Amino acid sequence: MESLFAITTGVLSACGLYLTLRGRTFPVVVGLTLLSYAVNLFLFSMGGLTTDGAAVVNANNSGMTDPLPQALVLTAIVIGFAMTAFAIILAMRSRGDMGNDHVDGHDYDVRQDNSRKERQR
Amino acid sequence: MTAHLTVLPVALPLLSAMLLLSKRHGYIRLKRLFSVASTAVLTLVSAALIARAAGGEITYYALGNWQPPFGIVLVLDRLSALMVLLTALLALGCVIFACAGEDERGSNFHGLFQLQLMGINGAFLTGDLFNLFVFFEVLLLASYALLLHGGGKARIQSAVHYVILNMAGSSLFLIAVGTLYGATGTLNMADMAARISSLPAEREGLATAGALLLLVVFSLKAAMLPLYFWMPRAYAAAPAPVAALFAVMTKIGVYAILRVYSLIFGEQAGGLANLGQGWVWWLALLTLAVASVGVLASRDLRQLIAYLLLVSVGTLLAGIGMGSIAAVSALLYYLVHTTLVTGALFLLAEMIGAQRGKAGTRIVKGRQMPQGQALSLAFFIAAVAVVGMPPLSGALGKVLVMDAAIGSQRLWLWPILLLSGLAAMVALSRAGSTLFWRSQGGDDSGERLARRQWAGVGLLLAFSPLLVALAGAVSDYTLATAEQLANPEAFIDALLIDAGGAP
Repeated sequence: MESLFAITTGVLSACGLYLTLRGRTFPVVVGLTLLSYAVNLFLFSMGGLTTDGAAVVNANNSGMTDPLPQALVLTAIVIGFAMTAFAIILAMRSRGDMGNDHVDGHDYDVRQDNSRKERQR
Repeated sequence: MTAHLTVLPVALPLLSAMLLLSKRHGYIRLKRLFSVASTAVLTLVSAALIARAAGGEITYYALGNWQPPFGIVLVLDRLSALMVLLTALLALGCVIFACAGEDERGSNFHGLFQLQLMGINGAFLTGDLFNLFVFFEVLLLASYALLLHGGGKARIQSAVHYVILNMAGSSLFLIAVGTLYGATGTLNMADMAARISSLPAEREGLATAGALLLLVVFSLKAAMLPLYFWMPRAYAAAPAPVAALFAVMTKIGVYAILRVYSLIFGEQAGGLANLGQGWVWWLALLTLAVASVGVLASRDLRQLIAYLLLVSVGTLLAGIGMGSIAAVSALLYYLVHTTLVTGALFLLAEMIGAQRGKAGTRIVKGRQMPQGQALSLAFFIAAVAVVGMPPLSGALGKVLVMDAAIGSQRLWLWPILLLSGLAAMVALSRAGSTLFWRSQGGDDSGERLARRQWAGVGLLLAFSPLLVALAGAVSDYTLATAEQLANPEAFIDALLIDAGGAP
């Protein structure tokens, strides 16, 4: 189970990182979301992976999971939600105000096209 | 009542923010009065806290009365008390300045401002690594909204970079905290410091990875060399009172590096001792060099000030890189000076821009300023202080930092620091002479500046001579702070053994 968990976290963070490095705001926001999923999974596993364990304590006091990472993940999920919501609104605002969805606020492809057209003229 | 004093710097701004946010429009006079009063009370509380911490006793406040290491604690020692007082003083200047009309250009300025204060104070006071993350998020979310206050293309564009970088930074922060929790099994800073000295050898690699990841996160907040590119643009685009308050935001990164790497990864940490020091020292020197180039290349006054802030970050981090008690004491003195003076400069730039009409803060020939003489005098004082010329506090701060360097450190630090001072002097005198002397003439019957703006700038600038007049007392305090930081056992004992602390 450990290797499956590790591979899942790794693939998620690799995809998140790749998308975060893209030039347009939509993939970047999706990338940040994937990254935060990966981080949540990672945090979850930090107390060690236990199957079929009691949440805090059970009758014969054995096979208990670490409850702290669960509390941390809960906090991280809530904060992640708020941040993602803010990033989406900001990306939409940026699209509206700047006229394109590039993270730098100006569209390099369009500009190159325009200069090429001018040169052709 | 006095037992609950430690939680007030977090609880008071939160309460004021909730009241201020309850009405989005209108009541502007009431809101201003309330916001200024709340910040003034915060200053008084911080003064009481620093008086309590000055004796050298480390006290903690266990939230919900859950005792450490299980509960969440706020810790008051000399360093956190100093940082909270500094924040409150800077915020008082900013909020008075904002009352001149900046707060009406968007909605909810005062409420967000108080939330930002809550996040900053919480980050300074917390004694728990995960709570440090939570308070970072609080202050970041407030700062995103404040950065966008008033709108405009430049702000949106810089805010996109700022938000995305900080969100990625938050993910890294969580990974680092998770790794450290996995390695040590605790999140309380004192408990982690106690456990890291007896860490089993096979977990040392894990703890090293966590510690260095944490350094990356903190240097993103502090704007250390490879991670500073977001900073000049965001600070130059932010509204003036917000940019001035942001002067303390980079210092949170510096504070976090100082706290974590002196307490958890200090001398006593066995194989992990002084882990970050070499990295911080060399990157700080590079930051200083690059920031000096940025200072010389800036074409806009606000961008120039942002790069001056970067110079100060480089100087502070170099102090951490040296690591001796004298160096930490010197950097704390310099930190107080540079935060207040750079804050005043951001406010002054806004006033200069407002008087020059279309030319704004760009360093080009513009129309004559109606109140040019008074502004140029204030600009001159601030410039002398920030460059580090006698008789103001910058000179003392820089001399203290340079004096703390020993041996081969002098060979590296002295030329770079002195050349960065020269670069700042050249750039500021060029900017000043262009802004104030090379005007096109014309009528100087523009709008007068509000008295509140002068009050805000005056309050912050007044601390520079005050820091010189009280240099003895302040440097005694910073020296005592550095000694306290160099002795993490006292911190660990206060939290883990002494169970008779505040309720």
